[in-house]
Amino acid sequence: MKVNWKEYDSNDFFDELITESQEPRAPSKKLVNYLSSLEVDELEKRRLMAEATIQEMGVSFTVYTEEGNIDRAWPFDIIPRTISAADWKIAEAGLKQRLTALNLFINDLYHDQNVIKDGIIPEHIIKDSKNFRPECVGISPPFGVWAHICGTDLVRAGEGQFYVLEDNLRVPSGVSYMLENRAITKRVLPELFENDTILPIDDYTSKLFDMLAALSPRNIEVPEIVVLTPGIFNSAYFEHAFLAQQMGAELVEGSDLFVGDDDCVYMKTIAGPERVDVIYRRIDDLFIDPEAFDPNSVLGVPGLMRAWQKGNVALANAPGAGVADDKVVYAYVPEIIKYYLNEEPILANVETFLCDDPEQREYVLDNLDKLVIKPANESGGYGMLVGPHSTKKDQALFADLIKSNPRNYIAQPTLKLSTSPTLISKGVIEPRHLDLRPFILQSKDTYVTTGGLTRVAMKKGSLVVNSSQGGGSKDTWIVDLEAE
Amino acid sequence: MLSRVAERIYWSARYIERVENIARLVSVYDNMLYDLPKGVDISWYNLVEINGSTELFHERYKVQDEKNVLKFMLEDATNSSSMLSSIKMVRENIRTTRDVVPEATWELINELDIYARQNIKKGINRSDRHTFLNRIIEGCQTINGLLAGTMSRDATWQFVLLGRNVERSDMTTRVLDAAVSLMLQHQEEERLALAQVLWSKVLKSQGAYLNYRRTVRTSISGAKVAKFLLNDPYFPRSVSFCFSEMLVAVNKLPHGESVLDSLKVLKEMDFEVTTSDDLDEEFRNYLNELQIGIIQLSSNITESWFSFDKEGEAA
Repeated sequence: MKVNWKEYDSNDFFDELITESQEPRAPSKKLVNYLSSLEVDELEKRRLMAEATIQEMGVSFTVYTEEGNIDRAWPFDIIPRTISAADWKIAEAGLKQRLTALNLFINDLYHDQNVIKDGIIPEHIIKDSKNFRPECVGISPPFGVWAHICGTDLVRAGEGQFYVLEDNLRVPSGVSYMLENRAITKRVLPELFENDTILPIDDYTSKLFDMLAALSPRNIEVPEIVVLTPGIFNSAYFEHAFLAQQMGAELVEGSDLFVGDDDCVYMKTIAGPERVDVIYRRIDDLFIDPEAFDPNSVLGVPGLMRAWQKGNVALANAPGAGVADDKVVYAYVPEIIKYYLNEEPILANVETFLCDDPEQREYVLDNLDKLVIKPANESGGYGMLVGPHSTKKDQALFADLIKSNPRNYIAQPTLKLSTSPTLISKGVIEPRHLDLRPFILQSKDTYVTTGGLTRVAMKKGSLVVNSSQGGGSKDTWIVDLEAE
Repeated sequence: MLSRVAERIYWSARYIERVENIARLVSVYDNMLYDLPKGVDISWYNLVEINGSTELFHERYKVQDEKNVLKFMLEDATNSSSMLSSIKMVRENIRTTRDVVPEATWELINELDIYARQNIKKGINRSDRHTFLNRIIEGCQTINGLLAGTMSRDATWQFVLLGRNVERSDMTTRVLDAAVSLMLQHQEEERLALAQVLWSKVLKSQGAYLNYRRTVRTSISGAKVAKFLLNDPYFPRSVSFCFSEMLVAVNKLPHGESVLDSLKVLKEMDFEVTTSDDLDEEFRNYLNELQIGIIQLSSNITESWFSFDKEGEAA
């Protein structure tokens, strides 16, 4: 028995793999043909193989759970999502353009603030931003770049057009899952990798290394690069260890570092103190230095801000970069691109209503049942209201929240998020909504991952893809049709 | 290499060695009790004495019987040196140093931990004890084999060697001490009968039986066994061999002067053993001195490489 792909119906949503006339799209043709040729039992065998592989790679997750950690193995779907290389090329250019403009914007905010003087963005938006750091004013990090690693969430809606949903400029995570997803898929569907049309993704860690090395304040052949983790109890610890290992960098905790009398950062090694040049920090701004920020933080390094301000160490991302990772600022990004680059934005924003503006607020409050309401500074899908899926009670609660702190809320129309075929149970393939998080690197050069991390809302009809909210993931294939 | 990572690697190696040693000790003890001659009485409680944890034992148990001793040695979470506690310590240390050890180490220690926890009752009850302990020893050897076969001989490896050999030399002195004390507890006649059984078991507990046979090539006696386990330059569990391994390791690490000094003191300590009569209280004192020296060595290792004072200089 085989799966009947003709019965697959995405209910009017744009589907990544299948057209409205139930035919595979060009980049997914080989994939769908291959999957259609598999018996249901064979397909199930592959699914179980993926599960076993994840167990093997993710032993750590189960172990944590048993000791009270919230981490768990995340659900993985074996059917990849495909995007044509031609489509991706456009998205890639758009992502580079966006991060370049955002970095110019952040640098401007901490220097002359021309963007405010020229009336592009209202002053109070920045002044009231939780992530604007006065400590960063006047600092000039290398290349004028503040956000070196950016995870931008893309969705496809309507006829398959890409939209930017948000930019994560603080400590974006998930890239290790992107790499692991490919490793699993290669084991599960090896037949499909025989031709070269699926573009490889595994140069990410070496690009990350090069990007970080370029930030070194000392002009030496082998700069000391470290990954700073909050420690084993952080849910992304797996990723921190993975990236450190893949780059051959030291994985350090705050207590492994100290700032010397010369305002340089050192790590405590068996040979004595060793100077550190670049810190890829996976700790939020407010915890990196108890002297500068939260005095109770035990995760950070006293004096780290001082060392950074003097240019003795590079921090990626730079403190204060999060000011552009604000959903109110997000609404201004198209203007920001035009202002700094004198170019039209290649990637579109989702229409956004700012509750800060009385007129727009009025509209939002009248349409809570149709809109998605998001807090300006949360990540991980927390504190959101998805209007069409909400109760009257939820809506009343959000109306109060918005009125008491309008600056902190934005609203967007409910998007018709694209779907992709997902193996739900044995022999059952159904559409599920998904998004895409590519990772963009910028220092001396700019680099975009080939595709990114595809996250899937595993619950039927759900639009929330965050792993903390029951989302899963699948491999992302950028398929080069011209190479065939 | 980060001091914190070095410290965790050192302790991982110590605890892996400890797990294997516990399994070996219990296994040999088990075996010996069946072979004891008439009139010789040896209690399981000696195992608790070997490990120097009599006080803790009495806090937890009233009766010094087989079941309680084995519970205490293998399962007891309040005993930081029990088998399960030691495996847990290996896991905790490896978990946070996964980036410097071979990738499969984490999976192997997890497997060992799961097996030990699920089957711990087999170790406590008699019928499956042998199988259980063998699996544990094999699990430790698999991990050590993985490390030996795939780790670069860089600083990380030197800390594996240090941890393993500190623990191992300590255990060898303890086993010898326990054997001598057993002998001294018995009168002339029983002592002779006991010696027949005891010394070959001591060798077996260290996996040294065949090596001894090939190297010493005479019958087994207390004096010769003691000499072999203390001084043989080729057998990897002899005290002397452990010290030599550590000398090589320390010389590959930066500023290990104080550790070298304490190793030299240890290497120079010597005790003349010619006949089994020499295995007396004085010999026990000598072993005690050795153990104190090993404790000093371990604390010098900590001070040289793991502790950092506020000014940021290695202490």
